Amino acid sequence: MIPTGLTSPVIARTAPADAARAVREPALICAVSQFLFEEAALLDEWRLDAWLSLFHPDAVYLVPTPEDLGGDPATTLHLVHDTVPTLAGRVERLKSKHAHAESPRSRTRRHIGNVRVWQRLDGLDVRSVFQVVRVRGGVVDRYAGVYEHTLVPRSGTEPDWLIMRRRAVLDHSIESAGGQLSVLL
Amino acid sequence: MTVNHDWATRTASAKEWVVEDVAAGTFRVDRTTLVDSAVYEREMASVFARCWLYVGHESEIPRPGDFRARDVGNRPLIFWHGHDGVRRVLYNTCRHRGALVCRVPEGNARGMSCFYHAWTYASTGALNGVPGDEGYGEHFDREGMGLLSPPRVDSYRGFHFVCFDPDAVDLKTYLAGAAEYIDLVADQADDLEVVPGVHEYSMDANWKLFVENSLDGYHLLPLHKTYFTYLEQHEGNTLDRNDATEAVDLGNGHAVIRVHGPWARPVARWAPALGEHNRPGIEAKYQELVERYGPERAEMIGHTDRNLLVFPNLIINDIMGIVIRTITPTSAGHTKIYQWSLATAGEDPDLRARRLDSYIAFQGPAGLATPDDLEACEACQAGLRTAPDVAWSDISRGMHREHTGQPSLASDELQMRAFWRRWQSLLD
Repeated sequence: MIPTGLTSPVIARTAPADAARAVREPALICAVSQFLFEEAALLDEWRLDAWLSLFHPDAVYLVPTPEDLGGDPATTLHLVHDTVPTLAGRVERLKSKHAHAESPRSRTRRHIGNVRVWQRLDGLDVRSVFQVVRVRGGVVDRYAGVYEHTLVPRSGTEPDWLIMRRRAVLDHSIESAGGQLSVLL
Repeated sequence: MTVNHDWATRTASAKEWVVEDVAAGTFRVDRTTLVDSAVYEREMASVFARCWLYVGHESEIPRPGDFRARDVGNRPLIFWHGHDGVRRVLYNTCRHRGALVCRVPEGNARGMSCFYHAWTYASTGALNGVPGDEGYGEHFDREGMGLLSPPRVDSYRGFHFVCFDPDAVDLKTYLAGAAEYIDLVADQADDLEVVPGVHEYSMDANWKLFVENSLDGYHLLPLHKTYFTYLEQHEGNTLDRNDATEAVDLGNGHAVIRVHGPWARPVARWAPALGEHNRPGIEAKYQELVERYGPERAEMIGHTDRNLLVFPNLIINDIMGIVIRTITPTSAGHTKIYQWSLATAGEDPDLRARRLDSYIAFQGPAGLATPDDLEACEACQAGLRTAPDVAWSDISRGMHREHTGQPSLASDELQMRAFWRRWQSLLD
């Protein structure tokens, strides 16, 4: 097959742009990594209400289009721009048997690595590399990219953080991975 | 009913692929046309190499030097705003040995150099640099070796098209009745612009299934139940089955369906999803349309939702926003889709943000509706493996209305019949 897609020459840097301080404490990095793994398990196991409960009420969930990685969802076409109410609507839809593109459901496995953490005044910035393997109808698709999480602390209950911003930045177009994006990335 | 084992006797004649029997009220399409790679090859030669195909919108290359690489009819092209002020469409292939000259999706360049042997082309397409040109004799035709342009290039209301057939009719004639529906989009604002970002997706199904889907008012409620539930809960809008709708054959294979949907329209039908503070602006915009075009045309521009097909593969949806979609086969069973959002230039930033949110909730590869459309097309393609035995698809809905002179509804299949008749005439 002749490749028809062209790739933007821009390689985005994943570290937060502002003056956040890199976290070096292994215990904190380990706890944050564990948070990401638990989150991934909730998605992979389709425990979507529990996943939704990890979000702060003012949170956003973003998936930019692959060639506009720095884009603002207010000015640039995105694949996904959800606030918590619209994300709840997306989850509600996915739970329905009438979400035909996910009925029967995909199986996904998220591999998360290269976890890096920065301290902010009000929480943590986290970057990790993901590969999501998706299996449906005997077809195996792979999504690859970077997760950006902004976590804010909460006290008293597990887990220790809520997600304030979650952005899944793909390195490739959807055209080459399953054609569409009916799963939560 | 027994299956019809007539594969061996079925014909390669396009005449018999689309069979309309008005008296019997039947319109049938041979399912071979959706699965057979020989049909795909014929389509590339008879449809995609002969029809006018959409390349891009003028707003995508506003300044001299701006360019977009485009894949149109499976040909790599460069849509380039020359430093002489002319927007051109050029074949993206070096005249020397064929390499892609442009290998990035977009940018601004005074010239482009082929990376293989460094032949250099100006933004007008002219060849202006050949390393070691003493290696070519005096007859080397440097002036004739610029990047080539497809034989026909033209634009209508800011929409740029190409045609690979030098003998094709001119664009305006080709567009026939579709031109006035492009006008309804173009007349929304003095300046329209394609929003940055493209939705690029695909499906394992024949391209014609997605053309049909893009014009299919019949599937909305059954297929998109979850989206309409979402819309009701999040925006308080419901689709009224009793709203007046219409399907119109626009000639030359073009067609449109018109509905009054439940959606908010940035131009210009306010609904709560657009925010209370945007209400006066949207209502004023509608009044402006009334003053400029009169109440009847203002209603058409600002209050009707339209899905337009410009044959063979351009869809312009003017619903909760304007969506430009091209649908291109890469084989009989695989289709690539590009989709852009067109919006009023300089509109209020909050309205722009809400326009985009409203659009991506519905459409696009991660929307709440489009993945189900693709799933439906792929389920059809999977079912069509029975084509040797189950020969025909039925596209007769609403024929009794069409042939007794009554208006057709968006949930009829008149618009698909218009497409298939044209398709058949080109392959015949």
